[in-house]
Amino acid sequence: MRPQSETELADMIRAAKGPLAVVGGGTRGVALEGEPLSTAALSGVVLYEPAALTLVVRAGTPLRDVEETLARSGQRLAFEPMDHRRLIGTKGEPTMGGVIAANVSGPRRVQVGAARDFLLGARFVDGVGNVIKSGGRVMKNVTGLDVARLMAGAHGTLGVLTEVSLKVLPDVEKAATLVLRGLDPARAVAVMAKALGSPWEVTGAAHDPEAGETCLRIEGFAASVDYRAARIAAHLSAFGAAEIESGGDRWRDIRDGAGLAGRDGDLWRLSVKPSDGPTVVARAGGMVRAARYDWGGGLIWLLTDRGADLRGAIGVFDGHATLMRAEPATYAAFGRFQPETATVAALTRGLRARFDPRGILNKGLMG
Amino acid sequence: MQGGATGCDAAAVAMGAWLSMVGHEEEWPMQLPPVDSRVMAKKARIVARLREVLPADAVIDDPAETRAYECDALSAYRCPPLCAVLPASTAEVAGVLRVCHEEGVPVVPRGAGTSLAGGAMPTADSVILGVAKMSRVLEIDYDNRFVRVETGRTNLSVTGAVEAEGFFYAPDPSSQLACAIAGNIAMNSGGAHCLKYGVTTNNLLGVTLVMMDGTVAEIGGAHMDAGGLDLLSVICGSEGQLGVVTEATLRILPKPEGARPVLIGYDSAEVAGQCVADIIRSGILPVAIEYMDRPCIEATEAFAHAGYPMCEALLIVEVEGSPAEIDAQLARIKTIAQALNPVELREAKNGDEAARIWLGRKSAFGAMGQIADYMCLDGTIPVSQLPFVLRRIGEMSAEYGLKVGNVFHAGDGNMHPLILYDANKTGDLERCEAFGAAILKLCVEVGGCLTGEHGVGIEKRDLMGVQFAAADLEAQMAIKDVFDPAWLLNPAKVFPLEVSATRRAAAGGPAPRTPRGI
Repeated sequence: MRPQSETELADMIRAAKGPLAVVGGGTRGVALEGEPLSTAALSGVVLYEPAALTLVVRAGTPLRDVEETLARSGQRLAFEPMDHRRLIGTKGEPTMGGVIAANVSGPRRVQVGAARDFLLGARFVDGVGNVIKSGGRVMKNVTGLDVARLMAGAHGTLGVLTEVSLKVLPDVEKAATLVLRGLDPARAVAVMAKALGSPWEVTGAAHDPEAGETCLRIEGFAASVDYRAARIAAHLSAFGAAEIESGGDRWRDIRDGAGLAGRDGDLWRLSVKPSDGPTVVARAGGMVRAARYDWGGGLIWLLTDRGADLRGAIGVFDGHATLMRAEPATYAAFGRFQPETATVAALTRGLRARFDPRGILNKGLMG
Repeated sequence: MQGGATGCDAAAVAMGAWLSMVGHEEEWPMQLPPVDSRVMAKKARIVARLREVLPADAVIDDPAETRAYECDALSAYRCPPLCAVLPASTAEVAGVLRVCHEEGVPVVPRGAGTSLAGGAMPTADSVILGVAKMSRVLEIDYDNRFVRVETGRTNLSVTGAVEAEGFFYAPDPSSQLACAIAGNIAMNSGGAHCLKYGVTTNNLLGVTLVMMDGTVAEIGGAHMDAGGLDLLSVICGSEGQLGVVTEATLRILPKPEGARPVLIGYDSAEVAGQCVADIIRSGILPVAIEYMDRPCIEATEAFAHAGYPMCEALLIVEVEGSPAEIDAQLARIKTIAQALNPVELREAKNGDEAARIWLGRKSAFGAMGQIADYMCLDGTIPVSQLPFVLRRIGEMSAEYGLKVGNVFHAGDGNMHPLILYDANKTGDLERCEAFGAAILKLCVEVGGCLTGEHGVGIEKRDLMGVQFAAADLEAQMAIKDVFDPAWLLNPAKVFPLEVSATRRAAAGGPAPRTPRGI
């Protein structure tokens, strides 16, 4: 199915006889039961007001088009959505709807917020075929329940996004990276915490244990970047000398998990309290083949032995582990998403029953 | 509906009423649901049961004392509750809600009672649940940049708990000295600095939520994103209709090295709007851009003597950073401002001058209150529509024969038109209300919304249909169905009564299970 309009999408959902597998760009490699439903034809910029920092696009609009449109006006998506293609080994074009549906953010999330934080409003079609709008196109809006933001991270299980309205931000004049070497994960998380707790606005804090590199990004006007880089280097001198780099693809590679791409094993994404990161990874023990830390330690990408029960090994922690790439049997055994507490699971079930009473949207994806 | 049927005093008036209206003797204009006589009849039993789960002094049922809870900061609407309870822990909140759920009693959660929208106004058959006794800091974690607090704690004292280490809690509603985190979460409160730092929803990591049946849910935590559905997104801003938030994990941020404002005056709203647009287009992200128009400047000068220029539009633009970074950003801003021929361009040279620039803005509401009664609106518009909306408000001001002053957050389009009227003059109030509703409709027409940070509450409840279609409201109510199937939490708010009637009719019983939509 490839609806050409929101109305047609609503008709299709209303008429559906079985499960529908909602597809944006298909770049996260999610294989689901049901008839594919592509949002690709619901594409295009609806409104872009650079002076209002506001962009409204249809859900199927390729992310690349959005980024090019913004770049022409010296602006960007500040939450820096990752591109899953390299890491998951997929093809296709990420779409704006997919980015929002999966709440996909990049390294800058630690400072500016996630995709959901930049969502001003949305239009979607629920599992019954109702067209629903929530939020709007203005920065401050507390009129009614924030249903749009609930769609961010719902992975299409509550409705199919047709249009999203976003806050955008100015691009920056300069970016620099401080690189510290030779820190173990615990020291690396400590140095990232110290940098993120400083007034000098670090917009990326990542650690690669294999390369032994801890990276801190500073962005802004050129003189300000130089000033802050020097202040942070001095602030962190107890952890060793920091080398200051500018330019390069380092943050794109961190964002897209390039260091783990193409390597054998299951791939997990962990969201943790940053300072817990190294101990959570240690608890996983020998099944871990490689790790990468982002968000000051709050986001961990883990490459593990195939079929290994990561959640079982690490037990209870403040956060969750999502299985991002594995064989079907592994998905079947563990599920993509971390099981929720009974109370939260009941709320989730209740919401799904209300928005998609037939249970046809991305069936089985989120439990 | 007459006052008698609601069990409430006909103290005042329709949408957008305030302090000065108290005592205005008219028919109760704002519909409330019919009082549940079954609840009223068993008051003694309900109070006794509440005393079983709370210390005796935490249950207030003496009519003289419950009057303290009859309104919030939208004080024209008053209605003493059945009783008020002040639990001191999550377990006590759960106990209260369980009792009320079993008895089928509506519950109205209350933070500090500073809502400008009537969000904490009781109905006669409701229990007010105040969280004021719960104000402890539970955990401070600078390495992970969060603080966990009980939600009765005031907004400003969250910052107070962490500022010695150089941190702050970013959302800064103007009531921050008094308002509670519970209310901030319920209303998704904003403030002057959200262009850069966002509003409450962008700074909330986790909550302990007690649902109407007494179930306690831990949602979110010290990690940064949701593992399943982002339930925090609907809990924040739910106006106390989904549950009672007793504890919150809040993001704290390192304080900037410094901040400094510049004051810019123009002869027209269009040029001031152009200046805001040019600043944002240039790549600078000021931490605040505030706007005042001539009526507001005049009132403020007479009141606070801040030394503002008399002009059509005054901007206060503030940037942050080290002294050199501030100099560099202000130099860019001044270049942009100069190109548009300002009547005044004044940069603060020191802290005193900065304080003087902010003095007038911070005194604006008080100053307007000195010259007349006023009604404060809260609609948000796309910033590109500022000149048009200001011109239309000016035209409407002439049509309605009432003056209006505009003071607002220009960076994010959150307007605060203050309509001036005389509460003692027959017909003024009604004209004021009609004018206010017309402004809010205009905000929606140009692509904005009814409320940017105050909330819907009871004040804007009956205008919801201007912004939302039936299906939109149905989707919102479906979420409430899941969290509060019996529709007992703050049920008279947010949704127009005729829209929520079926659901409320089932209050005390099972939730309606009618299929949605088609």
